[in-house]
Amino acid sequence: MFRNQYDTDVTTWSPAGRLFQVEYSMEAVKQGSAAIGLRSKTHVVLACVNKANSELSSHQKKIFKVDDHIGVAIAGLTADGRVLSRYMRSECINYNFTYESPLPVGRLVVQLADKAQVCTQRSWKRPYGVGLLVAGLDESGAHLYYNCPSGNYFEYQAFAIGSRSQAAKTYLERRFENFMDSSRDDLVKDALIAVRETLQGETLKSSICTVAVVGVGEAFHILDQDTVQQLIDAFDIVGEAEGPAAEPDAPAGEDAPADQAAGADQGAPADQGVAPMDI
Amino acid sequence: MKKEHASFNPYDNNGGTCVAIAGADYCVIAADTRMSSGYNILTRDYSKVCKLADKCLLASSGFQADVKALQKVLGARHLIYQHQHNKQMSCPAMAQLLSNTLYYKRFFPYYAFNVLGGLDDEGKGVVYTYDAVGSYEKVGYSSQGSGSTLIMPFLDNQLKSPSPLLLPPQDAVTPLSEAEAVDLVKTTFVSAAERDIYTGDKLEIVILNADGIRREYMDLRKD
Amino acid sequence: MELNHEQQTQFGPQADSQRTLYPYVTGTSVVALKYKDGILMAADMGASYGSTLRYKSVERMKAVGKHSLLGASGEISDFQELLRSLDELILYDNMWDDGNSLGPKELHNYLTRVMYNRRNKFDPFWNSLVLGGVKNGEKYLGMVTMLGVNFEDNHVATGFGNHLARPILRDGWHEDLSYEDGVKLLEKCMRVLLYRDRSAVNKLQIAKITEEGVTVSQPYSLKTFWGFSAFQNPTVGAEGSW
Repeated sequence: MFRNQYDTDVTTWSPAGRLFQVEYSMEAVKQGSAAIGLRSKTHVVLACVNKANSELSSHQKKIFKVDDHIGVAIAGLTADGRVLSRYMRSECINYNFTYESPLPVGRLVVQLADKAQVCTQRSWKRPYGVGLLVAGLDESGAHLYYNCPSGNYFEYQAFAIGSRSQAAKTYLERRFENFMDSSRDDLVKDALIAVRETLQGETLKSSICTVAVVGVGEAFHILDQDTVQQLIDAFDIVGEAEGPAAEPDAPAGEDAPADQAAGADQGAPADQGVAPMDI
Repeated sequence: MKKEHASFNPYDNNGGTCVAIAGADYCVIAADTRMSSGYNILTRDYSKVCKLADKCLLASSGFQADVKALQKVLGARHLIYQHQHNKQMSCPAMAQLLSNTLYYKRFFPYYAFNVLGGLDDEGKGVVYTYDAVGSYEKVGYSSQGSGSTLIMPFLDNQLKSPSPLLLPPQDAVTPLSEAEAVDLVKTTFVSAAERDIYTGDKLEIVILNADGIRREYMDLRKD
Repeated sequence: MELNHEQQTQFGPQADSQRTLYPYVTGTSVVALKYKDGILMAADMGASYGSTLRYKSVERMKAVGKHSLLGASGEISDFQELLRSLDELILYDNMWDDGNSLGPKELHNYLTRVMYNRRNKFDPFWNSLVLGGVKNGEKYLGMVTMLGVNFEDNHVATGFGNHLARPILRDGWHEDLSYEDGVKLLEKCMRVLLYRDRSAVNKLQIAKITEEGVTVSQPYSLKTFWGFSAFQNPTVGAEGSW
């Protein structure tokens, strides 16, 4: 059986200039159920798909409030996501203690990225297996960031991560040019449609998704289930209005509980080509 | 050895008076807005009442820097509580937290004299009164700060609350209506401002009831 | 008694000498007020070594970042150390280059924390600080003492100014004071301080901060009049005294 020589240690380079353990941690993000974020000038909306682990269990929380002006949606190892959320919360509280003003979103994101980066350079550590969509508001406006286990971070108009997120991304790419001037409700609507895209035919119900909003004059909050259901009904986006975009990179049979752990049986990804670290 | 200089004193007393009265379905928390240092008035409009949770207000006098630090610590702890429990802290819980926070600095105390007022889980008014190192008691009404020696006996006389020695214990809430309680608070402060130089300028009254929070202001002596 | 002294020096003479137990070189009052377009602040340039007038050109008002102006009375070296650390803070803030910046409110809170933390270590910065600023059309004027006592007001004054200037400010201040009237009011305060505060000198600066930025004036002096007859013959009304 094929065995990768360079993937047993986070700090070991492959001759092609790649860090396999870091790439594996990014694979963990793709296995988690989808999380979506999009923003206008004044608002950011986060949405995610909730997958229960089994028929008998409830699903895990995937959207966390960090402060009144910041929230995150996660995909990947939920446990790691909670640890990072707690870190972000305490950073916000500490900043607020010294300055009595909210921590600028971009700065928190950099601190978070630096924290993730350290794990890619220490032999006794493991990278975080979680991707975070960070939504926030500060004096320079509304922001949406994606934080990757590799320590990279990007600012986006709209983005989706997690399993079958490609479908949502396709939808968002088609629409994002209008988002800047969107109303808050239109953003929520687009978020719900993007969530539906990742469901591949499954019915969109409030029980399988969570939506959160932050914006001017509106502290970050998770919409309650009834409100979400009302919005789904009002927008009439239960079924499939337009055929869901083809999902090129959806692994087969990933309907299995995904948020739990990175698939250990995935094996190494093909090791040819350039390092895909910028995703 | 003769001392050439007075040693550094980390404390100051910025004065001020706080009063809280609990009723059957309300709580009135009030404090004056004067901040002094020695014979100086530093500012005439400094609020001593701090909202800690939806149904929990803290009025504090003493050393302003310590009071501010205390308020900020409690505020941060309440944020953490909200993140962990997805709800506001109850007034009795906040009362215990305040006691613990004060006692934590038992050997370098917060020089702060607190009255915590709010509504309990049944919507009944509650008042907790503290000393600087965290001993506290649940009462029906209380006063703390520079004017408390003038106000407390007056409240005892007017409110005639049942003795805490009675068995079975009697309810500590006052029999007054909300409007009567607000009037009583105004009277106590007007009286205290006559004799206490650290009380004056303006009275801030915060009323907590089922409808939420309401604030009233009244001018006091400015000299 | 001897034992008591031992207890006091249990951290060794070195630990003692590295704390500000009392101030050496001190500046006297700072007076500041809000006016129509921002904040005006005045301070003289004297610095005393005890009762000796030791320095005569000390700047006690400095811009901190784009939106704030800091004035100080008390230990001059502590103030200058504080300015160094604030410059570093502002530098790091600018280095983010993300469109966010610390405003006067943030700095006032930061300074409060710094002053309070130092008093908690029994190693205070021996100053009274006045922080004024304008950001996003919002005027801000606050004060912090060496113990961390802090507040905002429409006009503030430190030290002797608290006794002598604030009554004048309370009398003459109103919400939409023009620049000229603001300066006049400050000069009135500074003149009274000059007459009655022994450590005040007749060389002062006035600083202004508005949305446009900070300007600190060149040093200048006030017109004074000492020729009152009571000054020239102080014992005229007190027969029998020397």
